[in-house]
Formats: sequence, structure tokens, C-alpha cells
Amino acid sequence: MLIGHQPKDFLLAVSGLTVSFDGFKAVNDLSFYVEDNEIRVIIGPNGAGKTTVLDLICGKTKATSGSIQFRGQELTKLRENEIVQAGVGRKFQTPSVFEDLTVFENLEISFPRGRTVFGSLTFQRDATVKERVEEVAEMIFLKDRLHTYADQLSHGQKQWLEIGMLLIQDPDLLMLDEPVAGMSVSERAKTAELLNRIIKGRSVLVIEHDMKFVEDIAHKVTVLHQGQILSEGTMEHVKNDPKVIEVYLGH
Amino acid sequence: MFGDYSLSDLGAIFAMQGFAGLILFSVYVLMALGLAIIFGQMGVINMAHGEFMILGAYVTWMTSNGFQQYLPSLFPGYFFLAMILAFIASGALGMLVEWALIRHLYKRPLDTLLATWGLSLILQQAYRSLFGAREVGVELPEWMMGSWQATDAIQIPINGMFVMGLTVLITIVVAYLLFWSRWGRQVRAVVQNRVMAGAVGINTEKVDRYTFGLGCGIAGIAGSAFTMIGSTGPTAGQLYIVDTFLVVVFGGAASLVGTIASAFTISQAQSTMEFFLSGSMAKVLTLLAIVAILMMRPQGLFALKVRK
Amino acid sequence: MIINSRFFNRTELIGFVALALLLFVILPLSLDIFRLNLVAKYLTYAFVGIGLVLCWGYGGILSLGQGVFFGLGGYCMAMYLKLEASSVENTKIQSTPGIPDFMDWNQLTQLPFFWKPFHSFPITLIAIMLVPGIFAFIIGAAMFKRRVGGVYFAIITQAIAAIMTILIVGQQGYTGGINGITDLRTLHGWDIRTDHAKFILYFVEVVLLFACIIAAQFIRLTKLGRILVAMREQEDRVRFSGYSVANFKIFAFCAAAIFAAIGGAMFTLEVGFMSPSFVGIVPSIEMVIYTAVGGRMSIFGAVWGSLLVNFAKTSLSESFPQLWLFGLGALFIAVVLAFPNGLSGIWQDYVQPHIDRLLASRKSKPGNGFPVTDGAPAE
Repeated sequence: MLIGHQPKDFLLAVSGLTVSFDGFKAVNDLSFYVEDNEIRVIIGPNGAGKTTVLDLICGKTKATSGSIQFRGQELTKLRENEIVQAGVGRKFQTPSVFEDLTVFENLEISFPRGRTVFGSLTFQRDATVKERVEEVAEMIFLKDRLHTYADQLSHGQKQWLEIGMLLIQDPDLLMLDEPVAGMSVSERAKTAELLNRIIKGRSVLVIEHDMKFVEDIAHKVTVLHQGQILSEGTMEHVKNDPKVIEVYLGH
Repeated sequence: MFGDYSLSDLGAIFAMQGFAGLILFSVYVLMALGLAIIFGQMGVINMAHGEFMILGAYVTWMTSNGFQQYLPSLFPGYFFLAMILAFIASGALGMLVEWALIRHLYKRPLDTLLATWGLSLILQQAYRSLFGAREVGVELPEWMMGSWQATDAIQIPINGMFVMGLTVLITIVVAYLLFWSRWGRQVRAVVQNRVMAGAVGINTEKVDRYTFGLGCGIAGIAGSAFTMIGSTGPTAGQLYIVDTFLVVVFGGAASLVGTIASAFTISQAQSTMEFFLSGSMAKVLTLLAIVAILMMRPQGLFALKVRK
Repeated sequence: MIINSRFFNRTELIGFVALALLLFVILPLSLDIFRLNLVAKYLTYAFVGIGLVLCWGYGGILSLGQGVFFGLGGYCMAMYLKLEASSVENTKIQSTPGIPDFMDWNQLTQLPFFWKPFHSFPITLIAIMLVPGIFAFIIGAAMFKRRVGGVYFAIITQAIAAIMTILIVGQQGYTGGINGITDLRTLHGWDIRTDHAKFILYFVEVVLLFACIIAAQFIRLTKLGRILVAMREQEDRVRFSGYSVANFKIFAFCAAAIFAAIGGAMFTLEVGFMSPSFVGIVPSIEMVIYTAVGGRMSIFGAVWGSLLVNFAKTSLSESFPQLWLFGLGALFIAVVLAFPNGLSGIWQDYVQPHIDRLLASRKSKPGNGFPVTDGAPAE
């Protein structure tokens, strides 16, 4: 572990983060800290800036001010692909997989080797790659569909595939944007099981609306409201916070 | 390079080059307006835009011939009728093309580019077969000929002033249509959210068709104006299409003001340089400057909402 | 793994063999040297097409400026040939002997500096690939690093094609102007105008073409080829899988430029001159249509497209010059509207199933008995 700037060695330290779109502050002076092996769930009403926070961490949106330290490295100065290489993985809200490629190829592209132009020209599909792809495919319930093109998969299967693509990257911080949205009940249960298995040994940042799901997995919950933190703590603490009840859980 | 000219000569040169630039500016604006509507509002790349313009020019040419032959007494005013006919002809063809071709390709902008290029080839050959390969010129009514002697050294051609006046008028009409009319609101609603616009009862297909038709119709008027200052041939439209696209892109595709500002900058730069350099080098330098600026500042100038 | 474990799958192998038979055996045996030379001219566009398959079909980057790279390659070759044809002895009637004739006509008295390296044949060969490659790199780096793509990239490349043409036409003392560089005679002392030379050049070109096909197929089968496809669909997902999307686009664009340049250089050799009419907007977009007709996703399709469209162009414009533009225009529209994957798509959808059925009914052991080239790069 590298030396962090914070008194305690946090994996992720977000401090004073602000982004404004044409004067509208979608995220306003936000600070929070995620520890190693912590599962943090971000909840909040629509438009609270949850997805924007993930966009800022992964580099999709550039911050107006503030800092994001990941293992002591400043992420706001890095390009998206460098942030991924630093160990941050991101799953989008709508499943984004490569539909013209097979499940195997989707996973293979995410395998963290040969990421330069030259590296990808000389990339060999050797035993390590195959084993790892098959291992992950098994975890995401797609072992028997390795050679199916991704456009043939159901919505839930695409979500799993994208989770699998993150898994194979082996990130230290995994960010999931509504991983169970749009899933059937049985798919939802399977996904919870999947997430519970893959969160071991890494930190996870999840945005989710499904309260049952949040209660199942969260170590700590952060409630966002209008780009700022409304409340933070255990699920029990947050649930009983009158401010939260007023803006979010109450109605 | 200024050494050979006296100060007052230079002043006159700049004034007249500036005016030549204003005529070029008018043509750019007229062509770019139609393109900006189609590209900026609909996200469609219409490579046949130049050919819609040339259609307007041919319609004007035919009207002028018709008046000369059958109504010589009304000849001085033929141009006003010709412009209306040009608008109708190009607009109607535009709506036909939208129905037959463009509406199938809204989700594939690169493919509209190729398909409309094919259309432009067909139109060019059609013009060649119908009107011959040679360029045709329109005879101007007497009141449009000659020039206005502003000072001893500065002469300003009347047809040029007429075209400029026309440009101002059409720009105002388009701005009115787009920003203050019911139709303009519908167009902008469809651009921003197609599904929602449909849900609140806007006939999105009809809006698309009329928008495309209007863009093409304005190109027809541009062609009509074009005959006042130059001759028309089957491939004349192609000469302008890349320049016009650059004008639109440079100005920020969805912005009317941006389009006009960029047409002004580009035409003035080009015509001023043209006096001191050869015409081709002036053009090369202008285009290079645009491309370089676009490479450096794409985000600021590309304020475009593309259909998703 | 079964997928991608062979260099060519069965269909591609049939395509490869069929094309090799046609180009190496059938056409040279059945055509006179004039027609064979025409085929050679058509095939120079196939090089451009192969590049476009990688860049546009796979990578989704539509360049409307491939004529620029075709021209750069062609002009590099033409400069070398022109210098050889402008020896002091050949040009002694000029006021400045030893420089190309058009320079003399334009009152130039010495060779411009950028012509000087082209006295050397090895440098010329390097320049044919390097000059367009570097140019493409500069354009690509400037645009892709700033995330300019799609229609903007297409329009800007088209503007570059326009600039290039105006520049070549305008600077006639340095470039030969609108007429181009003409009256080319010998390559390293070997007369390229004879029938025998044209015959040899045809085979040189076909060998080069197959080398390019194999190179493109190699690229397609590596992980880079799959990243191009991935990028076309979900650029952000590629970025968030840890790849620098811009670098991959630059690579595809440069590769396409170099393929086009090789085609251009061969064009100069086959036809004996190079002029701005092969550089500008119109030829550039025609090159795109050859690729689209053949099938933007198929390397072999690009070759067939170049051959067939040009063949149609020659025969139609010989007999019905007016019809040709109508035909070409209609072809553009039809391919875009009805057959986005071109001839190769039609083949795959309508012809291939019949062949498969025929083969399946004849054979009891499927997937057997077909010779397969070894040395798969992806395995």
C-alpha cells in the first residue's frame, strides 16, 4: 500500500469535489472516503448527482475543482484509460457490452494485458487467458455461452457479462451503477449472489435504488441530495436520520 | 507587399475587396442557412445540397428566358417570381428526397452522407442531360446592372447590393421561422427529444419532411441569387459544398448566429487574401486555417445536438 | 478455442483461392495486355479498399480523404520516375537541363529541396510509405486525441482532400499542376512502357496486393482487430477497459493511409503518370463506394468491389457516358439503403447458405478435408 495523503490510508479519498455544468453544481464540495475491502452504497433521489460522482471518479467527466485520491494517486489529472490501469473499474447503468463480439471475446478484451496498440497486435490467446476467461464466465453464469455473440444475450445476461468484464480487469475499486435495474426477480437474486462473491478482496462503490438489495450488501451508506452529502453511516443510522426520511425514504 | 500602393489606394482596395467578400459572404450565408437547418437541426449530412442550389439557379434561368420570350414588358420584375419558383422547386424535390431516402437513414449519419452523394451525382447528370454541359448565364434586368460610385476610387455593383439585401431578408425570415413560429418550436422539440415530441402530439415525420424541404428550398433561393453574380453549370454546386460544410461546422452546427459569423470570417479572410496572393493560395490558407482551428477547438465550435 | 484459430476460415479460404486463381491465372491468360493493364489500374484501388475495410468497416472511421494518401504514394513514385526521365541528356533543349520539364516551363532554375531525396530509389520506396503514414499520423493524432470523430472527421478529411488538390494545381512549378507529372519512362533504368514491362508490373502488383490482404487479415485476427470492432460499437466501454481509444484509431487510419499509398505508387507505375484528378474529393469518395459495394466488412469484398465497379465504369462510360453517373449514383444509394454489407453481404446471406447445404448433403464428416493454412496468429 502506498502512502496516502489522509491520516488513515484510505483506498479512495474524495475531497472538496465540485463540478458545475453551466453554473449548475451537480456535485457540490463533496468529500467522502472509502476504505480497503469496504462496500459503499450511494443512494439518493433522482438528480442527486450519484452517477455524476462515478463519472468524475472514472474520468468521464472532468471536475471543476477538488481532488480524488486513489492509493495516493491524483485521479483528476489522468485520462480514462489510465484510471482503469490504476485499478478502478466502472460498470455503466445500461449494459454496455460489445454486441458484435462473442462472450469470450468480450471478456478477453478486458483481460489486463496487451493494452497498447503494439501489445494488442502481439497479444497471444494463451492458456492463462483462456483459463481466466472460463473461470470468470463460470462466475457470471455464462460458461456454456462463451461463443455466443453478445447481441443474443438477454438484458440480465448482458449485465452479468459487463460485471464479468470488470471482474477480469481485477480492479481494486469496483464501481457499479444500478447493477440490478431492469432484472427479473430470479436474475436479481443471482446477481446479489454474484456480487457477494466478487466483492471479496476489493472495495466496491454501488449506486442502487433497491433498498432490500442495499441492506443486503452495504457496509456503509452515503445519501446524496442535490450534489451534497445528506447523511452517512450504517444502513440503520441512515434509515433513522430525520433528514433522510424527509427527502428520500419518507415519501 | 503594400509598398506599391498609396494609402488611399489601399483604403479603396480594402473597401472593394471587403465588398467582394460581402458578396461571397452572402452566397455562403444563403447556402449555409439551408445546410445549418438540415445538419444542425436534423443531424443529416446532405451532400446534394449544392445540387438543390443549382436547381434553383436553373429555375431562375428558365423563368428569365420565359419572360424574355412571352412577357418582355414584365422582364424587369421576373426575378421575384423566379425566386419563389426556385424555392418551390427545390423545396418540393427536398421533400420527395426526404420521403424516399433520408427518413430511412436517420440513425446512420455517415450513410446519409454517402447516399446523398449518390443523389448529387444523379442530379448533376440530370442537369447535364436536360440543360447541357455548358454553363448558362442569366440576363439581368437593366436596373440591376451598373454600379454605384461611392467615391472616386470605390465602385459598388448594384447586383451585389441586391444579393446582400436579399440575404439579410431571408436570414430574418429563417430566424423568425425557427425561433418564433409554432413550426420552429416543433422542430426544436423534435431535435431535443423525439419520443417525447411524438408523445405530446407533434407529427415528427411531418416536421422532419418540412424541415428538410425548407432547408432545400432556401438552397434553391441561394441558387437563384447566385445567378445574379455568376453563371451556372451542372457541377457548380459541388464547388461550394465543402466550403459550406466548413462554414456550418466552424460556426457550431446548431447555431444560426454562429453560422453567420463564421461565413463572415471565412469570406472576408479569403477575399482579402485573394488580392495579395493567388486565388488558389488564398483558398488553401483559408481552408487550412479552418481545419487547424477545428482541430484545436472542436469542443467549443461543435455545440451540436445530434439525434440519438 | 475454435473461433479465430485459423488464419482463414473455410469461406475465406475459398475466397482467397478463387481470387488468387482469377488474378494469377485466369485474367493473365484470357486478357490482352491492354485489358490486363486496365485490370492492374482497377486493382490499385483495391489497396485503398483494404485500408478502408480496416479503418471504416472495422473501426467505424469514415475517411473521405483517402485520395490524399493514394496521391502522396503516387506522387512519391512519380517524382522518382520523373527525375530519372529528366536526365541532363534527355532535357538538354531546356533552359535549365536536368530538371523536370514542367519546372523549366515555370521558370524554375533548380530542383526544389523536397525533390532531391527522390533521386534515390530506396529512399523513394521508404517515402512512399512514410510520407502518407506520417501525414495520417499528424491528422489522426490531432483529431482523435481531441475526440473528433464521425461526420466531423469525414468532413474534415474531405476538406483536406480539397486543400491538397488546390495546392497541387496551384503550385505547378513544384508539382506539375493540373496535368500532373507525366511522361514517365524508366524505373531504375527499366523501361516501364513496354508490353512486357506491363505484364511484369501486373504480377508485381498482384503479389503486393496479396501481401496486403494477408497483412490486413493478420491485423483483423489479432486482438487489435477485435478492439476496432469493439470501439465502433461502444467507444466508452473500450476506454473504460483500459485502452487509449485514440491510439487505436490513429493506428487504423495510418494503416489505411499506407495501404492507399502503396496502391497510389502502383498506379503511377501501371498508368505512367500521376495527376491531381486522383487526389481530390471526387476520387476519394469513389474509393469509398468501391469498398461499400464490395462490402465494408470484407477484405476480399474490397478487391471485388474495386474490380467490378471500375469495370462497369469503363464499359458504361465507353458506350453510354451519360448513363455512368446515373448508374454510379444509383449504386451509392442502393448499397447504402438496401445492402449495407455490399456484395459480400449478399453472398453471405443468399449464396453461402445454398453452398453450405450442398456441401452438408454431400459430406458425412463435416469440417474435414479442407486444407487449412497454418500459423494462426491469434492462437
